[in-house]
Amino acid sequence: MKHLAIIAGLFAAAAAAAPKVDDTMAQRVLACTACHGKEGRAASDGFYPRIAGKPAGYLYNQLVAFREGRRHYAPMTTLLDPLDDAYLREIAEHFAAIELPYAKPQPGNAPAEGLARGRTLVLEGDAARRVPACVACHGAALTGVQPALPGLLGLPRDYINAQLGAWRSGQRHAKAPDCMADVAQALAPQDIAAISSWLAAQPVPGKPATALPAKMPLDCGGVAP
Amino acid sequence: MKRRWWLALALPLAVVLAAAGAVVALNHLDEMPLSPDTAGRRAASAEQVAHGAYLARAGHCAGCHSARGGAPFAGGTAIATPFGTVYAPNLTPDPKTGLGSWSEDAFWRALHNGRSADGRLLAPACPYPNFTQVTRDDVRDLFAYLGSLAPVAQPNRPHALRFPYSTQAALAVWRALYFRPTTAARPPGRSALWDRGAYLVGGLGHCSACHGTRNAWGATDGALDLRGGAIPMQGWVAPALNDVDQAGVADWPLEQVVALLKTGRNDRASASGPMAMVVARSTQYLDDPDLLAIATFLKALPQGEVLPPAAEPSAAGARLYERHCVACHGESGEGAPGAVPALAGNRAITLASPDNVINLVLGGGFAPATAGNPRPYGMPPFATVLSDEEIAAVVSYLRGSWGHRAAPVTALDVNRQRGR
Repeated sequence: MKHLAIIAGLFAAAAAAAPKVDDTMAQRVLACTACHGKEGRAASDGFYPRIAGKPAGYLYNQLVAFREGRRHYAPMTTLLDPLDDAYLREIAEHFAAIELPYAKPQPGNAPAEGLARGRTLVLEGDAARRVPACVACHGAALTGVQPALPGLLGLPRDYINAQLGAWRSGQRHAKAPDCMADVAQALAPQDIAAISSWLAAQPVPGKPATALPAKMPLDCGGVAP
Repeated sequence: MKRRWWLALALPLAVVLAAAGAVVALNHLDEMPLSPDTAGRRAASAEQVAHGAYLARAGHCAGCHSARGGAPFAGGTAIATPFGTVYAPNLTPDPKTGLGSWSEDAFWRALHNGRSADGRLLAPACPYPNFTQVTRDDVRDLFAYLGSLAPVAQPNRPHALRFPYSTQAALAVWRALYFRPTTAARPPGRSALWDRGAYLVGGLGHCSACHGTRNAWGATDGALDLRGGAIPMQGWVAPALNDVDQAGVADWPLEQVVALLKTGRNDRASASGPMAMVVARSTQYLDDPDLLAIATFLKALPQGEVLPPAAEPSAAGARLYERHCVACHGESGEGAPGAVPALAGNRAITLASPDNVINLVLGGGFAPATAGNPRPYGMPPFATVLSDEEIAAVVSYLRGSWGHRAAPVTALDVNRQRGR
């Protein structure tokens, strides 16, 4: 009996010591979730965006863009450099398939007129500046459209500001024709602040749409099949 | 009296002239005049083009000549060196900006003699001290492959080397000291497999460009110098291939060497950092006979001197290891076969320079995705999670645990790597 206990104890010790490394994508992409949060739900600091549930084509385009220098963040490039297209596609599909509830929007302190201006730009655009409405491409509910158009809700205001700013300054690129660069360059800085404040204040009503009801108003390289 | 004055001037002058003459002569060693029909591009067979594509992979030419996100082989990559920045030129067959107007003879002269089509000496950032070994037939096929690419009009960017390294005279002196064109760099009397391995390692593979020991002027001790050293400007160390305490494979089975180069991992190790890129873009595409040849050569390398054991192991960092590392790497640093590298006995951890292991903790990393290991596991980056002091503590713990006896590292060591 004593011997049995010792043997059982040895097995228990061995079991405790052996690391549990699953043969799953979740285990493989711990390098991603270290910054993007558990299951890619976003980090609390507002810098690393949520990746869970975004359209797979969009995520794939971003992974390739980091590897090929259209987007710039050295730690991403370092991680993705030795990976090939097929694996980046699989990583993108892994995160796209994760369905998680969204947190309520954080209370903002934007002035009412700014929010109103943001709402108008998002829903109607600004014909004078040749800025199309965000909803024309990103979906009527702004939840994105499969397979390559990202939703604009559920993102921190700072993140949206940073991305539009990066497009405006030429730090972020999409495949040519880079329609978002044209949009961002047509926007005034106060417009960007208005849009990000309004978007960040909206709850997320659901999943990405399956298709756009009408042809997109712009020619975008990133969504070409 | 008058005569002595004359002699005092003439002697040094003669020495200077003789030295200059020697430099010029050494710079033209084994050089053939370009044939007058330089524009003539010889017709290449499909087999030659395919073989050339294989050789371009073996030489990892795209590693420098394809810019991130740019057209393949169109050049433009900035390569930082201790002497300034060089920019890789366009190798596509564009007549104005690429090799479109080059003859095969000119291409041979560039690889074999390190001289460009226009007669200028090439900066040895392009490892022609290695490529000089490549046979005329292989150079022909490589040229045929490059000639088969779509021409890309992308002007070359001039190098930004500091004076005097920017001058042809300095380059000529460097070459007189450290470069001899040769196709017979390998000792005779070895097996055909060994010879093929030495040819690939020392020639196109240009392994010595990273794994050699560079002197103050950036020169290694020849194409088969694999004594290890810091990779210039990259913050990584290429461990010695002739030392089983570093990256030597003298005590590895041949198939384990082949597996590492083919799939990016084996039972003992996983390629990381710059070597992950070499496997991902180059060695995974080599055929099994060539990989076996490389393994045979590397296994037979004469072993260098063994370094004395370093300082006492450090006990600090155990708590951090328990919190951040143990879930994947295990209590005893045993890792998980096929997924997570073992840390116990891992030579990347116990190298004299801690730079590589610090880089891996800071930036994490995936093993290369290869046909043999298409879905590698990723190590999370800890740059934003742990402070310099904490990383120093955990790396010191790794370097002093499980029988390791490598010197501890300081927060300053970590901070230096973080800044790169």
